[in-house]
Amino acid sequence: MRLLTINDLDVSYSGALTVSGFSLSLGQGEICSIVGESGSGKTTVIRAVLGLLPVGGKVTAGSITYDGKELPTLDKKQWHELRGHDISMIFQDSGAMMNPTRTVGATFVEYIRAHEKIPKKDAWSKAAEMLTKMRLPDAGRIMNEYPFRLSGGMRQRVGIAMGMTYQPKLLLADEPTSALDATTQAQIVREMGELRDEYGTSIIIVTHDLGVASYISDRIIVMRNGRIEESGDRDTILHRTENEYTKMLLDAVPTLGGERFV
Amino acid sequence: MSEAVLEAHNITRRFRIDGGKTLTACENVSLSLYRGRTLGLVGESGCGKSTFMKLVMGLDKPTGGEILFRGKDIAKMRGKEMHEMRQHIQMVFQDPSSSLNPKMKIRDIICEPLRNYGRIKHAEKKDAAADLLEMVELPSEFADRYPENMSIGQRQRAAIARAIALEPDIIIMDEATCSLDVSVQKSIIGLITRLQREKNISIGFICHNLPLVQSFAHEIAVMYLGNVVEVIPGADISEKSLHPYTKALLGAVFDINSDRERKIECIKGEPPSPLNIPAGCPFCDRCEHFTEKCRSEKPMLKNVSENHKVACHLYGGNLEK
Repeated sequence: MRLLTINDLDVSYSGALTVSGFSLSLGQGEICSIVGESGSGKTTVIRAVLGLLPVGGKVTAGSITYDGKELPTLDKKQWHELRGHDISMIFQDSGAMMNPTRTVGATFVEYIRAHEKIPKKDAWSKAAEMLTKMRLPDAGRIMNEYPFRLSGGMRQRVGIAMGMTYQPKLLLADEPTSALDATTQAQIVREMGELRDEYGTSIIIVTHDLGVASYISDRIIVMRNGRIEESGDRDTILHRTENEYTKMLLDAVPTLGGERFV
Repeated sequence: MSEAVLEAHNITRRFRIDGGKTLTACENVSLSLYRGRTLGLVGESGCGKSTFMKLVMGLDKPTGGEILFRGKDIAKMRGKEMHEMRQHIQMVFQDPSSSLNPKMKIRDIICEPLRNYGRIKHAEKKDAAADLLEMVELPSEFADRYPENMSIGQRQRAAIARAIALEPDIIIMDEATCSLDVSVQKSIIGLITRLQREKNISIGFICHNLPLVQSFAHEIAVMYLGNVVEVIPGADISEKSLHPYTKALLGAVFDINSDRERKIECIKGEPPSPLNIPAGCPFCDRCEHFTEKCRSEKPMLKNVSENHKVACHLYGGNLEK
């Protein structure tokens, strides 16, 4: 059975159709990238998967089936069991997801204790252990820091550490490296690839960076104006596409030693 | 090489911050802008690239060094002299949504510099705006629009129109294309390079996207922790760069053409805080080729070949010394 199946999904914001006819099927341990330009609806899709559409957003047609469950029909309690446990999400800036007036440790412990009933002390050491696993040096110090005191790369690693605490089967990542510098981006993208190898996590990455998508994905979905323009395995999309829009996008990506304007 | 329009010599900018510490944003930066050519300034956040360009614009004063423009030091200019100088150096910012006044029509925005310097009369605005819009390939009816009624790419074109209005010698672009989608980005780069050829403008382009900047910069300067570590012709960067940091940046590029088995090279760790720059080579803590000398002595920028300078003990006779 496929882990996640999206069939003919329509999403509307206040009546305006934003995403239409989106389909996707993701097996265990697969990494799929959704690429496209701004406003193509790629973030809306993964927000819909996690039931986190902004106010006014609604799934109006289609189905999202995760592990046999029909996601849009879940109630609050069922969502609570899934979110952050079976399905996790990483945002563009994990610092913005955390409360700026509380330390990383306090936020992390709260998160763990929302999912399992364990003493604070145990939750604390579990959190520190996760940070160490995500290659954050000096986890003890980071637990006592406020999010804004950490660099972008460290914050992103904290976000990934939180998301991976319960070894989710599905990880949704919304532009996880867009706010990072090149060398940090390389580190994080590589570490995300290793999550799949180590834990068998399936990952959906939303990105506008075709370079990142081409490096990490098994499959790539190209979106445009709320619709799937093309979808296929990585090599087909990158090297053998017939689609004019995909070709145009690939052509516009600057490459080392590629086209020069001067 | 064409004549230098602007020369910065040993520019240093330090900021005093709370607790008596000093933050060094730029240290002994010497770079030149040449007529009709683009200098790309690359590096990661906090490396001092924007600070340097601000000093060039005269928006900030250096702690030490001089910036010569038409034989005069920008750092010492004030008042009227500064006002006169500004018309020759214009700027395009990263986000056109915040650099264009939402309450002004495009015509007023792009003609404002011309009016400020008394180049045109009020009655001539219509024609001037039409000419400028044509140069940046926008339809002339956009003159009556407000920025919010335009796409982000169109807004950036309007911002470029404003920057070229005074026919400046130099345009500084601070990440001018990084908020744009790739297809729009490509068309803007096409526009910038066309205008540069037509008007012989010198461009200082700050960018963190190495593949993009090497596609149109004549010369690239790589900065790390306030220091220029390598200066190299744009066409040569992927083949001939020498500095370990430049190579690390190149290794971190995700290229759509590279095959999957290529391992992305990661240098370890993160840059140290600019409050706490290592005494020797700023890159020594993250460098694979690091020796004791790197810790004790700072490598100077030296020529390794014509137009190619590196600040590393491994190259350019730095070793023999």
